[in-house]
Amino acid sequence: MLRQVLKRLATAIPSVIGVVVVTFLLTRVLPGDTAAYFAGPAATPQAIAEIRAKLGLDRPLPEQFAAYVKDLATGNLGNSLSTGRAVTTEIIARLPASAELTLVGLLLSMAVAIPLGIVAAVKQGSIVDHACRMVATAGVSLPVFFTGLLLVYVFYFLLGWAPAPLGRLDVFYSAPPDVTGFYLIDSLIARDLDTFRAAAAQLVVPALTMGIFSLAPIARMTRASMLAVLSSEFIRTARASGLTPRTVIITYAFRNALLPVITTLGMVFSFLLGANVLVEKVFAWPGIGSYAIEALIASDYAPVQGFVLTMAIMYVALNLVIDLLYGVIDPRVRIEG
Amino acid sequence: MTARAQTGAPPARSSFALLRHARYVIGENPVTGIAFAIFVLLVVAALLGPLVTPYDPLASDTSATLRAPSAKHWFGTDQLGRDIFSRVVAATRLDLGIAIFSVALVFALGGLSGIAAGFFGGWVDRVVCRIADTIMAFPLFVLAMGIVAALGNTVTNIVIATAIINFPLYARVARAEANVRREAGFVMAARLCGNGELRILLTQILPNIMPIMMVQMSLTMGYAILNAAGLSFIGLGVRPPTPEWGIMVAEGAAFIVSGEWWIAFFPGLALMLAVFCFNLLGDGLRDIVDPQRRT
Repeated sequence: MLRQVLKRLATAIPSVIGVVVVTFLLTRVLPGDTAAYFAGPAATPQAIAEIRAKLGLDRPLPEQFAAYVKDLATGNLGNSLSTGRAVTTEIIARLPASAELTLVGLLLSMAVAIPLGIVAAVKQGSIVDHACRMVATAGVSLPVFFTGLLLVYVFYFLLGWAPAPLGRLDVFYSAPPDVTGFYLIDSLIARDLDTFRAAAAQLVVPALTMGIFSLAPIARMTRASMLAVLSSEFIRTARASGLTPRTVIITYAFRNALLPVITTLGMVFSFLLGANVLVEKVFAWPGIGSYAIEALIASDYAPVQGFVLTMAIMYVALNLVIDLLYGVIDPRVRIEG
Repeated sequence: MTARAQTGAPPARSSFALLRHARYVIGENPVTGIAFAIFVLLVVAALLGPLVTPYDPLASDTSATLRAPSAKHWFGTDQLGRDIFSRVVAATRLDLGIAIFSVALVFALGGLSGIAAGFFGGWVDRVVCRIADTIMAFPLFVLAMGIVAALGNTVTNIVIATAIINFPLYARVARAEANVRREAGFVMAARLCGNGELRILLTQILPNIMPIMMVQMSLTMGYAILNAAGLSFIGLGVRPPTPEWGIMVAEGAAFIVSGEWWIAFFPGLALMLAVFCFNLLGDGLRDIVDPQRRT
């Protein structure tokens, strides 16, 4: 098992190299003088030359790349121009907020989408099946920032159920002591139920927005792969042997249908990490997405580069985890791999 | 697979059959008809745009700010008193324009390099696949943000970024389709007649995979619109006061919490309808071109 894990880890190396090269090229090779860009519009040629030397931009490209990789290896992503703070510390401080939002959103959506897909496949042509198809078509057409705003209007303005969409915690509460960075978990560790309730209230609507966004691909894939499995011979045998429908569907069919669903999760994560940025903007969520947006507006490149790199590395890592999950769910993959 | 390989080079008689099949598909699935109607509406709005709007989309009117939808202002007015209906209609041209240009660009780049990869194989194939894999290693919207940030904050760069993130989709489809036809009878015949490889690629393979590529283009149009609107929502590319759906939703976002829902709602609705329309059209088109892949 360990050897397989290592083997799979090795296959992620080209992706990581590609990601590092692309993020490097994005700043260095593209049109426009980076030094002049960093110096600002009012800089003298002398100041630009000084900055060029300071940033190491007067050295040959391979040498710059080596310096960049060395910085990365020590966890140095440079400093933000506008705040002067190190990008790495800022991203690490904000990452839990984004992760909490994305993961809760994904869990919510899986909790709805997978049962929906199963029922749609088992009762083909029923109302649930039509509902599933509608969700799958409408879900991919909804701009995630638009859904977010609609939910804010309904749950905050009309119904008054949700708090104002302004960050992770109402101003009257203070953040729980930092253990995992996830407010929901930290407040439980601190046995502070009030804070837990407040954090959960802030989280529900943005997480719901993320959930609705990822509902469509998961429901669609669950339905399709359940349909494929249900028409196979071992299911017919199981049914003929007189097993209860429950055992046939949950134990036999669903476990086999899970593999394509897990594959879809890889793609869903690509969308979710992007949608995360938009949702964070709508809900003033203090995650790495809103950090990148602030930097983008201020033309502050180092944080954006750090953000793109962090997201890409996380995405590669998530795909790795998904591949390893395969082996856990389906022993056949383990043997072949 | 054989049925698909035969879809290319249709004889004259089958164009009638294709039309009948198209009518059958629309009859089976009236949603495709609705999608086509929305499509026509969008094209009319994009072409006529500012000519047919009741108000100037840029003109502000301080005496009528933040008005709810009424007979005078169908979609209400925003914080500067601009008519939202006029702005939504006027924005169609820019939004569709961004999507069409980026899809055309990615078709030229991704489609052609994909065909070359599938047809020639070898190092061309390896290079194209490596590029596609590297792009796929990023969450796509995040990569688009990075590209726009690096290239500069303009509409042209939004088009380029949207094209780049769609590159793998086109390259992969074109590669697979070209690969299947590489040793097909008609390619052999063309080769026997003394055609060069590049000529075969452009005159035999390319026209044959066009139907599949058209489906791909229609399916990615919706995604291109969403992506461009998302980028302008976070403040990239399009600058106010230019009417564009994404930026209009962003402007209206601040007023949602105080109950002025119409400022963000109508541009968002237009955006949703446009994406919905292209996704449904893509599905319908696929049913016509490639009946085996119907879901």
